[in-house]
Amino acid sequence: MKFDIYDFSVLTASIHQLLGEMMGETAVMITEMVIVGIVFLTLFAILGLALVYAERKVCAFFQQRLGPMRVGFWGTAQTVADAIKLLLKEPLMTKSADKFLFNLAPFIIIVASFMAIAAVPFALGLQAIDLDIGVFYVTAVSSIGVAGILIAGWASNNKYSLIGAMRSGAQIVSYELSVGLSLLTIVVLTGSLQFSEIIESQREGWWIFRGHIPAFIAFVIYLIAGTAETNRGPFDLAEAESELTAGFHTEYSGMKFAFFFLAEFVNMFIIAAIGATMFLGGWMPLHFGGFTAFNEVMDFIPPIFWFLGKTAFLIFMMMWFKWTFPRLRIDQLLTLEWKYLLPINLINILIMAFIVLMGWYF
Amino acid sequence: MHSEGLILFFLAGIVMVGMGVLLSSLLSPKKQNDVKEEAFECGIPTEGPSWLQFKVGYYLFAILFLIFDVETVFIFPWATVMKEMGMVAFIEILIFFVILGLGLIYAWKKDALKWE
Repeated sequence: MKFDIYDFSVLTASIHQLLGEMMGETAVMITEMVIVGIVFLTLFAILGLALVYAERKVCAFFQQRLGPMRVGFWGTAQTVADAIKLLLKEPLMTKSADKFLFNLAPFIIIVASFMAIAAVPFALGLQAIDLDIGVFYVTAVSSIGVAGILIAGWASNNKYSLIGAMRSGAQIVSYELSVGLSLLTIVVLTGSLQFSEIIESQREGWWIFRGHIPAFIAFVIYLIAGTAETNRGPFDLAEAESELTAGFHTEYSGMKFAFFFLAEFVNMFIIAAIGATMFLGGWMPLHFGGFTAFNEVMDFIPPIFWFLGKTAFLIFMMMWFKWTFPRLRIDQLLTLEWKYLLPINLINILIMAFIVLMGWYF
Repeated sequence: MHSEGLILFFLAGIVMVGMGVLLSSLLSPKKQNDVKEEAFECGIPTEGPSWLQFKVGYYLFAILFLIFDVETVFIFPWATVMKEMGMVAFIEILIFFVILGLGLIYAWKKDALKWE
């Protein structure tokens, strides 16, 4: 980075030093943990509120409506009002439900997305945990969420919920393969699973440009599979309103329902953030080899805005999919994954490995 | 932060859901009646139990997933060292993928990928 002021590790180091002067070592550690915890809790809530608002506005504009307009300026406070409404709703549970599992399911889903967001690199030095197996960790942890969905559907003791949960299980486990393999295509190029190193390797240009056609194919597959993994339209047959009322969360109300909703949107953010990091350079500014003046200008824009901009772009793409394509049937869904995406992905990795072997990438 | 910090994120998730559920149970009204506790199935009373044997097709795909997911786990370390090892790694993954592909073709021909 040209500008040290954009490096967040300066800020975190100074906070660490400041706390160190005030209290003992253990107290510093505990205070820092509490700070990080509160920051991420706030981030989680803000992400949820902002993304729900964005979803409703984008949806409205696609359908030539205005969307929420009444609460706050241009309806910006609408989602806050919705959150308060959900908080004041009566939590219902069916008589015949499995009470323990019914209450456990929201915990599993939220914890899974919390664990995944821990590894997301927001900007230079602004990453909670920079694991050396980052990519592997995220793919592993994000798939725990499906257990929550299956438990929710099973515990509700409702036929709609059960069908929705089963569909969702089949869908998420299938598309998880494609997410993992398309990320691996880029890992072949970087030779590292650590997010900070992957971003550093894209200093001269993003992998989607430098990795030739295989990188682009991997990116497209990642977008499709990522949309399917978050249970969003056109892959939202787990909660298809017109046939299953609300799928696996039919029986949930109030705050527990809100957590399912929140997890869906935060998972969408995580998928978009990982995609932006792997394919579009994360917080790296747009650089072209040779254009020194252009690169200098791009360096002025802080990394956090680059990251958020790329992530917002990918989220917008996913919303675009939802309001453009009709919902798939379960057999079409599984055919798409097992007969198209998976074989293409395997061959794609081989081609990418060959390109790396020959040193043909830029 | 080191990888022990993951415990923090685990706890933060639990705190978030726990706080939300607790707050809502304090603030929300409670008026129980029998109709509210019925399972929602389009207004008519529930017919028969919901916990029953389910279509086997879903489990078939779960088994297929299990096989391929384990293969993906094997590819992860390969992808990490591919650049350094060069030709040896490429030939090895070629053999690995041929075997994997044969498995996929077998499942395909056996109509295991067909949804009925």
